[in-house]
Amino acid sequence: MKLHLLYFARLRERFGRAEETLEFDGITVADLVAYLQARGGVWAEELDDSRPYRVAVNQDIVALDAALPDQAEVAIFPPVTGG
Amino acid sequence: MKIRVQRETFDLGAEVDAMRDGRTDIGAIASFVGLARDLNEGSGVTAMTLEHYPGMTEKALTALVDEAHFRWTLLDVSVIHRVGRLLPGDPIVLVAVASSHRGEAFAACEFIMDFLKTRAPFWKKEETLQGERWVEARASDDAAAERWR
Repeated sequence: MKLHLLYFARLRERFGRAEETLEFDGITVADLVAYLQARGGVWAEELDDSRPYRVAVNQDIVALDAALPDQAEVAIFPPVTGG
Repeated sequence: MKIRVQRETFDLGAEVDAMRDGRTDIGAIASFVGLARDLNEGSGVTAMTLEHYPGMTEKALTALVDEAHFRWTLLDVSVIHRVGRLLPGDPIVLVAVASSHRGEAFAACEFIMDFLKTRAPFWKKEETLQGERWVEARASDDAAAERWR
């Protein structure tokens, strides 16, 4: 499947990119996170279980076991700090 | 309902006037304005930059206001949140709620702010004399939102 990934705030800065398009053959959000962690370096560090991050699929926050639809917009970001 | 994410400042009086305009059924308007402070976590803040997720932010704010309408009988709600670089003293966020009676307006205004702090995708980066830092989410904000469950 094809995914459009977006990164925000601290994660955007640390990953050195705001977005990327990915051809991916996993099923869930957890699969995607594992794939990104396997890149090592800042990816492994920021997406470690001990670090808080949120994942939104098509602009809704989801849990790690959520399925990824083809062509999904997947955003990964730190806990929000607005207001 | 008015939901806006904007770089420009806003005027509380103008927003309240717009809400009242031509109506005589509103008995109460409760409002909240959040401001950029010059101090956070013990160090001086000289400026901050607010980032958001275009599309999802507006969707999340709309969902919060829909939830408030579900819980209380409200006549109108406005939410304005600024993005971009702000200086200490600048207004960041406005929530105004109109209802027939004050109780619902007060409650819904606080509810919307508590959930905005934990659910709406905005992120603050502060500039301090020691350099830049991303603001970390606070457990007290999660606790404030949790009260409404």
